[in-house]
Amino acid sequence: MRSFFISLQSEFYKSRKTLAFWAAIIVPVVICGLIAFGYYTSSEKILKYNYPGMMLWFQYSSAALGVMGMLILPFYVMFMAFSVNNIEHKNDTWKTLFSQPLNKFSIYSAKYFYALMLLFICTILFPLLTYVSGYLLQTLVPKYTFKDYDPAIILTRFYGKLFLASLGILSIQFVLSLIWSDFLKPMGIGFIGVIAGIITANVGWKHAYLIPYSAPTLALRAASGTKNARPEDLPIFTQEIGVSLACAAVLFVAGYFILSKRNIK
Amino acid sequence: MSRFAIETVGLNHHFGPQAVVKNLSLQVPRGSIYGFLGPNGAGKTTTIKILLNLLQSPADTVFIFGQELNHNRIACLEKMGSLVEQPAIYAHLSGKENLINRCILLGINKSKADEMLALVGLTEAATKKTGKYSLGMKQRLGIALALIADPELLLLDEPTNGLDPNGIIEIRNLMVELTSKHGKTILVSSHLLAEIERTATHVGIINKGEMLFQGTINELQDLSKPSIKIEVDDQAAAANILSSNGAEIINEKEGNIHITYTGKADMGKLNTLLVQNGVTVYSISTDRKDLENLFLDITSKN
Repeated sequence: MRSFFISLQSEFYKSRKTLAFWAAIIVPVVICGLIAFGYYTSSEKILKYNYPGMMLWFQYSSAALGVMGMLILPFYVMFMAFSVNNIEHKNDTWKTLFSQPLNKFSIYSAKYFYALMLLFICTILFPLLTYVSGYLLQTLVPKYTFKDYDPAIILTRFYGKLFLASLGILSIQFVLSLIWSDFLKPMGIGFIGVIAGIITANVGWKHAYLIPYSAPTLALRAASGTKNARPEDLPIFTQEIGVSLACAAVLFVAGYFILSKRNIK
Repeated sequence: MSRFAIETVGLNHHFGPQAVVKNLSLQVPRGSIYGFLGPNGAGKTTTIKILLNLLQSPADTVFIFGQELNHNRIACLEKMGSLVEQPAIYAHLSGKENLINRCILLGINKSKADEMLALVGLTEAATKKTGKYSLGMKQRLGIALALIADPELLLLDEPTNGLDPNGIIEIRNLMVELTSKHGKTILVSSHLLAEIERTATHVGIINKGEMLFQGTINELQDLSKPSIKIEVDDQAAAANILSSNGAEIINEKEGNIHITYTGKADMGKLNTLLVQNGVTVYSISTDRKDLENLFLDITSKN
């Protein structure tokens, strides 16, 4: 366990100045900032719709959720999984890392957990910033109805589900980036995966849930498709989440197996 | 307790169908500076990577301080510090940050980073990004990284690569100090014998994955028998006189004759003999094949 924590601490230390780390913070700040800015400058136009509190929150958070689930999250996951491994490929440091008196599984799992942590930071910042900026907008534009509804539960559920839905993609991309040092292979496969995921999810293919790349789109789809149910009742552990988690677990183990049997060149 | 810091028993390693290490029995005595020599591509780096468990090796073939490597990986690695090929450092971090990162991984005090920077003369470049370091500076940092945990055994793969003459001398002195004052064992690989013959106590010569010679530096020198080189005006006459007086001629060309060295007295007698028989002797001296040529001879045989 000590090996795991010091490996994790080292992961943080060495990547704290990299884009992969800062992107986890910058992406949510920029996107939520832009949306909030839009809602502030176009407040008169939005106020004309007379949205009740819940609907206004729904519209407001959907702006980030839609773009996030469809594109930004999968691409961020791909980029981040690549960067976490590329830091070793680029500097030829796998050999140093594995010649330290540390358990190989600890080194590997700390790297994986670090990627997981970055994804978590990114997905937690979105609801947090949406929540905070909503109330900030309420203060700046008192006519808004944000104060009439507490979005904490739906935001947590939506983004929580999105986080779980992206674990499958994270594991696939993590293993691909572990195997290949070049940018094109994992990114190319990931890109095709994301496109295939979006298409199969949007055309409503009945087996789309089996493709981990379609999980974020499907997760949000299920959310927007439940018109009669209350958004607070959004089911979290749906089929695609099950596939995403299973895929994450299998590939996490497979990644370690690949790494432990591999000769470090 | 094993008297060897490193011992391999019939070690083999293949890259696909190509055998890169063949039946290698490396024996590095404790407290020695072991010069691991061989031309480029001889299998030196592969062997070092096997010793670090970076490349898989069969069970019971590699022992570090008597402990089997595969079953005691962490215990073995705790005793080793290494510099393999080009130093592996994070280019986006400064020299000091690279050392601090290593301190984190090894669970040692971060103040050790400054100490190491001073030791390898990088204090002034401590905060500079290592991506902007020269090859020599990177090599120094690599050595600092290998030394930071104060390991009992150091594996240095061509550590003087890219260093200027001063840097090379410093590393040599550091190696001698580490073994003589601190009782460390050092395995240092090189493709140049001249580079390590002054510091190494033991030598292993490897080529095409096979160990061709292993022993002390003196044993290696004993392989090189001295000869007498005589420069004369009449080569044919001199050769005739020498051979009829029992001297063993090794070769003769361009007015120079090489004969086997048998002693100082014999050298004097042969000189007198030649002069008395009307041959002008321009010069007469002992000639020892230097270790570099010996190394080339050994490695060109297989």
